[in-house]
Amino acid sequence: MSIDRTFAVGLRVLRQLRNDPRSIAMILIVPLFLLWILKETFQAYPGVFERLGPMLLGLFPYVVMFLVTSIVMLRERTQGTLDRMMVSPIGRGDIMFGYAFAFLVVAAIQSCFTLAVAVGVFDIPSKGALWQALLLVFAMGISGMALGLTSSAFARTEFQAVQFMPLLILPQIFLAGLMVPVDLLPRSFAWLSRIVPLSYSFRAIGDVMIDGQGWLSADVRWDTLVTLLVPCALLGLGTLTIHRSGTN
Amino acid sequence: MGVGRMSNVAIVLDHMRVVRGGHEIVPDLSLVVPKGSVFGLVGPSGSGKTTVIRAILGLTRVAGGQATVLGHPAGSAVLRPDIGYMPQGEGIYTDLSARANLEFFAAINRVPKGRVDVLLDLLDIASIADRRADTYSGGQRQRVGLAIALLREPPLLVLDEPTVGLDPRLRNHLWSLFRQWAEGGTTLLISTHVMDEATKCDEIAFLSDGRLVALGSPEALQQQTGTDDLEDAVLALSERSEVGHVH
Repeated sequence: MSIDRTFAVGLRVLRQLRNDPRSIAMILIVPLFLLWILKETFQAYPGVFERLGPMLLGLFPYVVMFLVTSIVMLRERTQGTLDRMMVSPIGRGDIMFGYAFAFLVVAAIQSCFTLAVAVGVFDIPSKGALWQALLLVFAMGISGMALGLTSSAFARTEFQAVQFMPLLILPQIFLAGLMVPVDLLPRSFAWLSRIVPLSYSFRAIGDVMIDGQGWLSADVRWDTLVTLLVPCALLGLGTLTIHRSGTN
Repeated sequence: MGVGRMSNVAIVLDHMRVVRGGHEIVPDLSLVVPKGSVFGLVGPSGSGKTTVIRAILGLTRVAGGQATVLGHPAGSAVLRPDIGYMPQGEGIYTDLSARANLEFFAAINRVPKGRVDVLLDLLDIASIADRRADTYSGGQRQRVGLAIALLREPPLLVLDEPTVGLDPRLRNHLWSLFRQWAEGGTTLLISTHVMDEATKCDEIAFLSDGRLVALGSPEALQQQTGTDDLEDAVLALSERSEVGHVH
Protein backbone atom coordinates (compact mmCIF):
# COMPACT_ATOMS: atom_id res chain seq x y z
CA MET A 1 0.00 0.00 0.00
CA SER A 2 1.25 3.47 -0.80
CA ILE A 3 -0.76 6.57 0.02
CA ASP A 4 0.22 8.61 -3.05
CA ARG A 5 -0.80 5.88 -5.50
CA THR A 6 -4.05 5.13 -3.66
CA PHE A 7 -4.83 8.83 -3.72
CA ALA A 8 -3.97 9.08 -7.43
CA VAL A 9 -6.47 6.31 -8.24
CA GLY A 10 -9.18 7.97 -6.13
CA LEU A 11 -8.58 11.36 -7.68
CA ARG A 12 -8.73 9.91 -11.17
CA VAL A 13 -12.06 8.15 -10.50
CA LEU A 14 -13.48 11.42 -9.11
CA ARG A 15 -12.28 13.25 -12.22
CA GLN A 16 -14.06 10.68 -14.38
CA LEU A 17 -17.28 11.18 -12.43
CA ARG A 18 -16.97 14.95 -12.57
CA ASN A 19 -16.77 14.67 -16.35
CA ASP A 20 -20.11 12.89 -16.29
CA PRO A 21 -22.67 15.34 -14.82
CA ARG A 22 -25.58 13.19 -15.91
CA SER A 23 -24.42 10.32 -13.72
CA ILE A 24 -23.90 12.66 -10.77
CA ALA A 25 -27.43 13.93 -11.21
CA MET A 26 -28.71 10.34 -11.33
CA ILE A 27 -26.80 9.41 -8.19
CA LEU A 28 -28.34 12.34 -6.32
CA ILE A 29 -31.81 12.64 -7.81
CA VAL A 30 -32.94 9.06 -8.49
CA PRO A 31 -33.17 7.97 -4.82
CA LEU A 32 -35.28 11.02 -4.01
CA PHE A 33 -37.46 10.56 -7.07
CA LEU A 34 -38.19 6.97 -6.01
CA LEU A 35 -38.97 8.04 -2.44
CA TRP A 36 -41.38 10.65 -3.73
CA ILE A 37 -43.21 8.15 -5.96
CA LEU A 38 -43.47 5.72 -3.07
CA LYS A 39 -44.83 8.36 -0.74
CA GLU A 40 -47.54 9.33 -3.22
CA THR A 41 -48.52 5.77 -4.16
CA PHE A 42 -49.02 4.71 -0.54
CA GLN A 43 -51.29 7.65 0.32
CA ALA A 44 -54.26 5.31 0.79
CA TYR A 45 -52.31 3.18 3.29
CA PRO A 46 -51.26 5.38 6.16
CA GLY A 47 -48.19 4.21 8.05
CA VAL A 48 -46.70 2.10 5.24
CA PHE A 49 -44.46 4.79 3.79
CA GLU A 50 -43.36 5.70 7.32
CA ARG A 51 -42.32 2.07 7.89
CA LEU A 52 -40.64 1.54 4.50
CA GLY A 53 -39.16 5.01 4.00
CA PRO A 54 -36.15 4.70 6.30
CA MET A 55 -35.18 1.30 4.85
CA LEU A 56 -35.48 2.59 1.31
CA LEU A 57 -33.43 5.61 2.26
CA GLY A 58 -30.57 3.16 2.76
CA LEU A 59 -31.51 0.78 -0.04
CA PHE A 60 -31.41 3.30 -2.89
CA PRO A 61 -27.81 4.41 -2.25
CA TYR A 62 -26.94 0.72 -1.91
CA VAL A 63 -28.33 -0.09 -5.37
CA VAL A 64 -27.07 3.05 -7.08
CA MET A 65 -23.54 2.69 -5.71
CA PHE A 66 -23.53 -0.99 -6.65
CA LEU A 67 -24.40 -0.21 -10.26
CA VAL A 68 -22.07 2.76 -10.66
CA THR A 69 -19.11 0.97 -9.14
CA SER A 70 -19.51 -2.32 -10.93
CA ILE A 71 -19.77 -0.62 -14.30
CA VAL A 72 -16.87 1.78 -13.72
CA MET A 73 -14.73 -1.14 -12.55
CA LEU A 74 -15.78 -3.38 -15.41
CA ARG A 75 -14.94 -0.66 -17.91
CA GLU A 76 -11.52 -0.52 -16.32
CA ARG A 77 -11.12 -4.21 -17.14
CA THR A 78 -12.51 -4.17 -20.67
CA GLN A 79 -10.77 -1.01 -21.90
CA GLY A 80 -7.34 -2.34 -20.91
CA THR A 81 -6.55 0.29 -18.29
CA LEU A 82 -6.60 -2.28 -15.51
CA ASP A 83 -3.98 -4.29 -17.43
CA ARG A 84 -1.90 -1.16 -17.69
CA MET A 85 -2.11 -0.71 -13.94
CA MET A 86 -1.28 -4.36 -13.30
CA VAL A 87 1.89 -4.00 -15.40
CA SER A 88 2.84 -0.81 -13.52
CA PRO A 89 4.33 -0.80 -10.01
CA ILE A 90 0.96 -0.07 -8.34
CA GLY A 91 -0.35 -2.67 -5.88
CA ARG A 92 -3.76 -4.34 -5.95
CA GLY A 93 -4.63 -2.81 -2.59
CA ASP A 94 -3.82 0.65 -3.93
CA ILE A 95 -6.31 0.18 -6.75
CA MET A 96 -9.06 -1.15 -4.47
CA PHE A 97 -8.67 1.43 -1.76
CA GLY A 98 -8.27 4.20 -4.32
CA TYR A 99 -11.67 3.21 -5.63
CA ALA A 100 -13.04 3.00 -2.11
CA PHE A 101 -11.73 6.49 -1.36
CA ALA A 102 -13.41 8.00 -4.43
CA PHE A 103 -16.75 6.35 -3.81
CA LEU A 104 -16.55 7.18 -0.11
CA VAL A 105 -16.60 10.82 -1.13
CA VAL A 106 -19.54 10.19 -3.47
CA ALA A 107 -21.43 8.17 -0.85
CA ALA A 108 -20.86 10.89 1.76
CA ILE A 109 -22.31 13.58 -0.50
CA GLN A 110 -25.16 11.34 -1.56
CA SER A 111 -26.13 10.27 1.95
CA CYS A 112 -26.10 13.84 3.32
CA PHE A 113 -28.19 15.13 0.43
CA THR A 114 -30.67 12.24 0.40
CA LEU A 115 -31.19 12.26 4.15
CA ALA A 116 -31.63 16.02 4.31
CA VAL A 117 -34.31 16.04 1.59
CA ALA A 118 -36.01 12.88 2.88
CA VAL A 119 -36.40 14.20 6.40
CA GLY A 120 -36.93 17.85 5.47
CA VAL A 121 -39.28 17.49 2.49
CA PHE A 122 -40.76 13.98 2.58
CA ASP A 123 -41.32 13.86 6.35
CA ILE A 124 -39.62 10.52 6.77
CA PRO A 125 -39.67 9.80 10.51
CA SER A 126 -36.41 10.64 12.24
CA LYS A 127 -36.93 10.02 15.92
CA GLY A 128 -33.34 9.02 16.60
CA ALA A 129 -30.13 11.02 16.28
CA LEU A 130 -29.70 12.25 12.75
CA TRP A 131 -25.97 11.55 12.70
CA GLN A 132 -26.63 7.88 13.46
CA ALA A 133 -29.09 7.69 10.60
CA LEU A 134 -26.53 9.40 8.39
CA LEU A 135 -23.85 6.93 9.38
CA LEU A 136 -26.13 4.03 8.45
CA VAL A 137 -27.19 5.48 5.10
CA PHE A 138 -23.53 6.15 4.34
CA ALA A 139 -22.51 2.63 5.38
CA MET A 140 -25.13 1.16 3.06
CA GLY A 141 -23.80 3.22 0.17
CA ILE A 142 -20.35 1.86 0.95
CA SER A 143 -21.74 -1.67 1.14
CA GLY A 144 -23.22 -1.33 -2.33
CA MET A 145 -19.91 -0.01 -3.60
CA ALA A 146 -17.94 -2.88 -2.09
CA LEU A 147 -20.35 -5.44 -3.51
CA GLY A 148 -20.09 -3.80 -6.94
CA LEU A 149 -16.30 -3.76 -6.88
CA THR A 150 -16.10 -7.41 -5.91
CA SER A 151 -18.80 -8.75 -8.20
CA SER A 152 -17.44 -6.92 -11.24
CA ALA A 153 -14.56 -9.40 -11.20
CA PHE A 154 -17.02 -12.10 -12.20
CA ALA A 155 -18.68 -10.23 -15.05
CA ARG A 156 -17.26 -10.03 -18.55
CA THR A 157 -19.70 -7.58 -20.07
CA GLU A 158 -21.64 -4.62 -18.75
CA PHE A 159 -24.81 -6.58 -19.39
CA GLN A 160 -23.63 -9.34 -17.06
CA ALA A 161 -22.56 -6.79 -14.46
CA VAL A 162 -26.05 -5.30 -14.37
CA GLN A 163 -27.54 -8.81 -14.12
CA PHE A 164 -25.77 -9.23 -10.80
CA MET A 165 -28.26 -6.82 -9.31
CA PRO A 166 -31.30 -9.15 -9.44
CA LEU A 167 -29.03 -11.97 -8.32
CA LEU A 168 -27.29 -10.29 -5.39
CA ILE A 169 -29.65 -7.53 -4.27
CA LEU A 170 -33.28 -8.54 -4.93
CA PRO A 171 -33.11 -11.71 -2.78
CA GLN A 172 -31.69 -9.62 0.03
CA ILE A 173 -34.62 -7.23 -0.27
CA PHE A 174 -37.14 -10.08 -0.06
CA LEU A 175 -35.38 -11.66 2.89
CA ALA A 176 -34.37 -8.60 4.88
CA GLY A 177 -37.82 -7.55 6.01
CA LEU A 178 -38.76 -4.95 3.46
CA MET A 179 -41.68 -6.89 1.97
CA VAL A 180 -42.57 -9.15 4.89
CA PRO A 181 -41.31 -8.46 8.42
CA VAL A 182 -38.59 -10.95 9.32
CA ASP A 183 -40.68 -12.32 12.26
CA LEU A 184 -43.36 -13.48 9.85
CA LEU A 185 -41.05 -15.35 7.48
CA PRO A 186 -41.20 -19.18 7.44
CA ARG A 187 -38.59 -20.70 9.70
CA SER A 188 -36.14 -21.77 7.00
CA PHE A 189 -36.24 -18.33 5.46
CA ALA A 190 -35.80 -16.60 8.79
CA TRP A 191 -32.46 -18.39 8.88
CA LEU A 192 -31.54 -17.11 5.44
CA SER A 193 -32.54 -13.66 6.57
CA ARG A 194 -29.82 -13.81 9.21
CA ILE A 195 -27.01 -14.32 6.74
CA VAL A 196 -28.19 -11.51 4.50
CA PRO A 197 -26.28 -8.29 5.28
CA LEU A 198 -29.18 -6.01 4.39
CA SER A 199 -31.25 -7.49 7.28
CA TYR A 200 -28.90 -5.90 9.78
CA SER A 201 -28.81 -2.59 7.95
CA PHE A 202 -32.60 -2.39 7.61
CA ARG A 203 -33.16 -3.25 11.26
CA ALA A 204 -30.61 -0.72 12.45
CA ILE A 205 -31.96 2.09 10.32
CA GLY A 206 -35.54 1.29 11.41
CA ASP A 207 -34.56 1.16 15.08
CA VAL A 208 -32.87 4.54 14.84
CA MET A 209 -35.25 6.48 12.60
CA ILE A 210 -38.63 4.97 13.52
CA ASP A 211 -38.18 3.84 17.12
CA GLY A 212 -35.70 6.53 18.10
CA GLN A 213 -33.26 4.05 19.61
CA GLY A 214 -29.66 5.05 19.91
CA TRP A 215 -26.21 3.86 20.90
CA LEU A 216 -27.57 2.67 24.26
CA SER A 217 -29.29 -0.21 22.50
CA ALA A 218 -27.03 -3.22 22.09
CA ASP A 219 -29.06 -4.27 19.01
CA VAL A 220 -28.38 -1.00 17.27
CA ARG A 221 -24.68 -1.21 18.10
CA TRP A 222 -24.42 -4.77 16.80
CA ASP A 223 -26.45 -4.14 13.63
CA THR A 224 -24.46 -1.00 12.84
CA LEU A 225 -21.22 -2.90 13.37
CA VAL A 226 -22.30 -5.60 10.89
CA THR A 227 -23.35 -2.91 8.40
CA LEU A 228 -19.90 -1.36 8.65
CA LEU A 229 -17.89 -4.61 8.69
CA VAL A 230 -19.49 -6.25 5.64
CA PRO A 231 -18.11 -3.66 3.17
CA CYS A 232 -14.67 -3.93 4.80
CA ALA A 233 -14.69 -7.70 4.30
CA LEU A 234 -15.94 -7.31 0.73
CA LEU A 235 -13.17 -4.82 -0.05
CA GLY A 236 -10.63 -7.33 1.20
CA LEU A 237 -12.22 -10.00 -0.99
CA GLY A 238 -12.28 -7.57 -3.91
CA THR A 239 -8.54 -7.03 -3.57
CA LEU A 240 -8.07 -10.77 -4.02
CA THR A 241 -10.29 -10.92 -7.10
CA ILE A 242 -8.73 -7.93 -8.82
CA HIS A 243 -6.06 -9.95 -10.64
CA ARG A 244 -8.75 -11.80 -12.55
CA SER A 245 -8.56 -10.23 -15.94
CA GLY A 246 -11.73 -9.55 -17.92
CA THR A 247 -10.23 -11.07 -21.03
CA ASN A 248 -8.76 -14.08 -19.31
CA MET B 1 18.95 -22.21 -19.67
CA GLY B 2 20.89 -19.20 -18.41
CA VAL B 3 20.66 -17.40 -21.71
CA GLY B 4 18.08 -15.03 -20.19
CA ARG B 5 20.79 -13.38 -18.15
CA MET B 6 22.90 -12.63 -21.19
CA SER B 7 23.20 -8.88 -21.47
CA ASN B 8 22.29 -8.71 -25.16
CA VAL B 9 19.00 -10.53 -24.80
CA ALA B 10 15.72 -8.91 -23.72
CA ILE B 11 13.19 -11.75 -23.89
CA VAL B 12 13.67 -15.51 -24.00
CA LEU B 13 10.75 -17.86 -24.49
CA ASP B 14 11.79 -21.45 -23.90
CA HIS B 15 9.10 -23.98 -24.88
CA MET B 16 6.46 -21.64 -23.46
CA ARG B 17 2.97 -23.05 -23.24
CA VAL B 18 -0.10 -20.92 -22.49
CA VAL B 19 -3.57 -22.22 -21.73
CA ARG B 20 -6.61 -19.96 -21.48
CA GLY B 21 -10.08 -21.08 -20.55
CA GLY B 22 -9.14 -24.74 -21.05
CA HIS B 23 -7.81 -24.13 -24.56
CA GLU B 24 -4.18 -24.47 -25.43
CA ILE B 25 -3.59 -21.16 -27.20
CA VAL B 26 0.19 -21.45 -27.41
CA PRO B 27 1.37 -25.09 -27.32
CA ASP B 28 5.15 -24.71 -27.47
CA LEU B 29 6.86 -21.46 -28.39
CA SER B 30 10.58 -20.72 -28.30
CA LEU B 31 12.17 -17.48 -29.44
CA VAL B 32 14.75 -14.88 -28.46
CA VAL B 33 14.28 -11.12 -28.67
CA PRO B 34 17.64 -9.28 -28.81
CA LYS B 35 18.04 -6.05 -26.88
CA GLY B 36 17.75 -2.81 -28.84
CA SER B 37 15.83 -4.40 -31.68
CA VAL B 38 12.38 -4.00 -33.16
CA PHE B 39 10.86 -7.44 -32.93
CA GLY B 40 7.59 -8.10 -34.72
CA LEU B 41 5.00 -10.62 -33.60
CA VAL B 42 3.17 -11.15 -36.87
CA GLY B 43 0.12 -13.19 -37.69
CA PRO B 44 -3.56 -13.06 -38.54
CA SER B 45 -6.02 -12.17 -35.80
CA GLY B 46 -6.58 -15.14 -33.54
CA SER B 47 -3.05 -16.41 -34.08
CA GLY B 48 -2.11 -15.91 -30.43
CA LYS B 49 -0.13 -12.66 -30.62
CA THR B 50 -1.96 -11.01 -27.75
CA THR B 51 -1.74 -14.16 -25.65
CA VAL B 52 2.03 -14.29 -26.13
CA ILE B 53 2.27 -10.63 -25.15
CA ARG B 54 0.10 -11.12 -22.07
CA ALA B 55 2.22 -14.06 -20.98
CA ILE B 56 5.40 -12.00 -21.39
CA LEU B 57 3.84 -9.26 -19.24
CA GLY B 58 2.69 -11.70 -16.57
CA LEU B 59 -0.98 -10.93 -17.21
CA THR B 60 -1.59 -14.53 -18.24
CA ARG B 61 0.00 -17.48 -16.50
CA VAL B 62 2.68 -19.46 -18.30
CA ALA B 63 1.48 -23.07 -18.07
CA GLY B 64 4.70 -24.72 -19.20
CA GLY B 65 8.26 -23.94 -20.22
CA GLN B 66 9.81 -20.61 -19.35
CA ALA B 67 9.38 -16.96 -20.23
CA THR B 68 12.31 -14.80 -19.17
CA VAL B 69 12.14 -11.02 -19.49
CA LEU B 70 15.24 -8.86 -18.87
CA GLY B 71 16.73 -11.72 -16.89
CA HIS B 72 13.70 -12.34 -14.66
CA PRO B 73 10.73 -14.70 -14.91
CA ALA B 74 7.81 -13.02 -16.74
CA GLY B 75 5.48 -11.24 -14.35
CA SER B 76 8.11 -10.58 -11.65
CA ALA B 77 7.36 -7.46 -9.64
CA VAL B 78 10.93 -6.19 -10.21
CA LEU B 79 10.16 -5.93 -13.93
CA ARG B 80 7.26 -3.50 -13.55
CA PRO B 81 9.32 -0.30 -13.68
CA ASP B 82 11.13 -1.53 -16.81
CA ILE B 83 8.21 -2.34 -19.11
CA GLY B 84 6.10 0.13 -21.04
CA TYR B 85 2.91 -1.50 -22.28
CA MET B 86 0.23 -0.43 -24.68
CA PRO B 87 -2.71 -2.84 -24.83
CA GLN B 88 -4.74 -3.45 -27.95
CA GLY B 89 -7.27 -0.65 -28.43
CA GLU B 90 -5.30 2.12 -26.71
CA GLY B 91 -6.06 1.35 -23.07
CA ILE B 92 -6.97 4.88 -22.09
CA TYR B 93 -9.80 6.52 -20.13
CA THR B 94 -11.94 7.98 -22.90
CA ASP B 95 -13.91 10.10 -20.41
CA LEU B 96 -10.74 11.94 -19.41
CA SER B 97 -8.48 14.27 -21.36
CA ALA B 98 -5.10 13.16 -22.69
CA ARG B 99 -3.46 15.26 -20.01
CA ALA B 100 -5.56 13.71 -17.20
CA ASN B 101 -4.76 10.23 -18.54
CA LEU B 102 -1.05 10.93 -18.59
CA GLU B 103 -1.08 12.66 -15.20
CA PHE B 104 -2.78 9.66 -13.64
CA PHE B 105 -0.33 7.12 -15.04
CA ALA B 106 2.56 9.46 -14.22
CA ALA B 107 1.37 9.55 -10.60
CA ILE B 108 1.09 5.77 -10.18
CA ASN B 109 4.47 5.32 -11.89
CA ARG B 110 5.97 8.13 -9.80
CA VAL B 111 7.16 9.99 -12.88
CA PRO B 112 7.58 13.80 -12.56
CA LYS B 113 4.65 15.73 -14.03
CA GLY B 114 6.98 17.61 -16.40
CA ARG B 115 7.32 14.42 -18.42
CA VAL B 116 3.65 14.70 -19.41
CA ASP B 117 4.24 17.86 -21.47
CA VAL B 118 7.34 16.37 -23.06
CA LEU B 119 5.31 13.40 -24.30
CA LEU B 120 2.34 15.49 -25.42
CA ASP B 121 4.77 17.44 -27.62
CA LEU B 122 6.68 14.38 -28.81
CA LEU B 123 3.51 12.71 -30.07
CA ASP B 124 2.02 15.95 -31.33
CA ILE B 125 -1.12 15.88 -29.18
CA ALA B 126 -0.45 18.99 -27.06
CA SER B 127 -3.09 21.04 -28.90
CA ILE B 128 -5.89 18.61 -27.96
CA ALA B 129 -4.52 17.58 -24.57
CA ASP B 130 -7.26 19.22 -22.53
CA ARG B 131 -10.22 17.82 -24.46
CA ARG B 132 -11.93 14.59 -23.47
CA ALA B 133 -10.43 11.61 -25.28
CA ASP B 134 -13.80 10.50 -26.66
CA THR B 135 -13.67 13.55 -28.93
CA TYR B 136 -10.38 12.36 -30.47
CA SER B 137 -9.83 10.54 -33.73
CA GLY B 138 -8.59 6.95 -33.58
CA GLY B 139 -5.06 8.09 -34.37
CA GLN B 140 -5.10 10.68 -31.62
CA ARG B 141 -6.31 8.15 -29.05
CA GLN B 142 -3.65 5.74 -30.24
CA ARG B 143 -0.97 8.34 -29.60
CA VAL B 144 -2.28 8.99 -26.08
CA GLY B 145 -2.06 5.26 -25.47
CA LEU B 146 1.49 5.22 -26.74
CA ALA B 147 2.45 8.25 -24.64
CA ILE B 148 1.36 6.41 -21.47
CA ALA B 149 3.63 3.48 -22.34
CA LEU B 150 6.54 5.90 -22.77
CA LEU B 151 6.17 7.71 -19.43
CA ARG B 152 9.04 5.94 -17.72
CA GLU B 153 11.35 5.75 -20.73
CA PRO B 154 11.36 1.99 -20.18
CA PRO B 155 14.08 -0.28 -21.61
CA LEU B 156 11.37 -2.61 -22.96
CA LEU B 157 8.31 -1.43 -24.88
CA VAL B 158 5.52 -3.91 -25.55
CA LEU B 159 2.99 -2.57 -28.04
CA ASP B 160 -0.03 -4.65 -29.02
CA GLU B 161 -1.16 -3.58 -32.52
CA PRO B 162 -0.09 0.05 -31.98
CA THR B 163 -0.85 1.22 -35.51
CA VAL B 164 -4.07 -0.59 -36.34
CA GLY B 165 -6.54 1.70 -38.09
CA LEU B 166 -4.10 4.57 -38.56
CA ASP B 167 -3.58 6.45 -41.80
CA PRO B 168 -0.32 5.65 -43.62
CA ARG B 169 1.29 9.01 -42.87
CA LEU B 170 0.85 8.64 -39.12
CA ARG B 171 1.88 4.99 -39.29
CA ASN B 172 5.14 5.94 -40.97
CA HIS B 173 5.72 8.64 -38.42
CA LEU B 174 5.28 6.18 -35.55
CA TRP B 175 7.54 3.61 -37.18
CA SER B 176 10.28 6.19 -37.55
CA LEU B 177 9.90 6.90 -33.81
CA PHE B 178 10.12 3.16 -33.04
CA ARG B 179 13.30 2.93 -35.11
CA GLN B 180 14.76 5.96 -33.34
CA TRP B 181 14.09 4.46 -29.90
CA ALA B 182 15.57 1.10 -30.89
CA GLU B 183 18.74 2.88 -31.99
CA GLY B 184 18.78 4.49 -28.55
CA GLY B 185 18.87 1.01 -27.00
CA THR B 186 15.15 0.40 -26.31
CA THR B 187 13.79 -3.05 -27.13
CA LEU B 188 10.44 -2.99 -28.90
CA LEU B 189 8.11 -5.95 -29.11
CA ILE B 190 5.35 -5.02 -31.53
CA SER B 191 2.44 -7.12 -32.71
CA THR B 192 0.89 -6.50 -36.10
CA HIS B 193 -1.17 -8.27 -38.71
CA VAL B 194 0.02 -5.93 -41.47
CA MET B 195 2.78 -7.43 -43.61
CA ASP B 196 3.95 -4.02 -44.73
CA GLU B 197 4.83 -3.27 -41.11
CA ALA B 198 6.50 -6.62 -40.58
CA THR B 199 9.10 -5.69 -43.21
CA LYS B 200 10.13 -2.76 -41.02
CA CYS B 201 11.12 -5.01 -38.11
CA ASP B 202 14.64 -6.27 -37.47
CA GLU B 203 13.23 -9.69 -36.89
CA ILE B 204 9.80 -11.24 -37.00
CA ALA B 205 8.09 -14.26 -35.54
CA PHE B 206 5.15 -15.29 -37.68
CA LEU B 207 2.47 -17.04 -35.67
CA SER B 208 -0.44 -19.15 -36.83
CA ASP B 209 -2.71 -20.94 -34.36
CA GLY B 210 -0.21 -20.20 -31.60
CA ARG B 211 2.58 -21.96 -33.49
CA LEU B 212 5.70 -20.45 -34.95
CA VAL B 213 5.55 -20.59 -38.74
CA ALA B 214 8.60 -18.48 -39.49
CA LEU B 215 11.32 -16.78 -37.51
CA GLY B 216 14.06 -14.50 -38.76
CA SER B 217 14.78 -11.17 -40.40
CA PRO B 218 12.33 -10.22 -43.18
CA GLU B 219 15.16 -10.27 -45.75
CA ALA B 220 16.34 -13.71 -44.70
CA LEU B 221 12.81 -15.11 -44.90
CA GLN B 222 12.44 -13.76 -48.43
CA GLN B 223 15.80 -15.19 -49.50
CA GLN B 224 15.10 -18.55 -47.96
CA THR B 225 11.89 -18.94 -49.95
CA GLY B 226 13.15 -17.24 -53.10
CA THR B 227 10.38 -14.67 -53.10
CA ASP B 228 10.71 -10.91 -53.08
CA ASP B 229 7.57 -10.40 -51.07
CA LEU B 230 7.34 -11.12 -47.36
CA GLU B 231 3.73 -12.19 -47.56
CA ASP B 232 4.56 -14.78 -50.24
CA ALA B 233 7.52 -15.91 -48.18
CA VAL B 234 5.39 -16.52 -45.12
CA LEU B 235 2.73 -18.27 -47.19
CA ALA B 236 5.39 -20.51 -48.70
CA LEU B 237 6.74 -21.32 -45.25
CA SER B 238 3.34 -22.07 -43.76
CA GLU B 239 2.57 -24.39 -46.68
CA ARG B 240 5.74 -26.30 -46.02
CA SER B 241 4.35 -26.51 -42.46
CA GLU B 242 7.74 -26.43 -40.94
CA VAL B 243 9.39 -23.87 -38.77
CA GLY B 244 11.89 -21.78 -40.66
CA HIS B 245 14.84 -20.73 -38.57
CA VAL B 246 17.03 -18.26 -40.38
CA HIS B 247 19.35 -15.74 -38.89
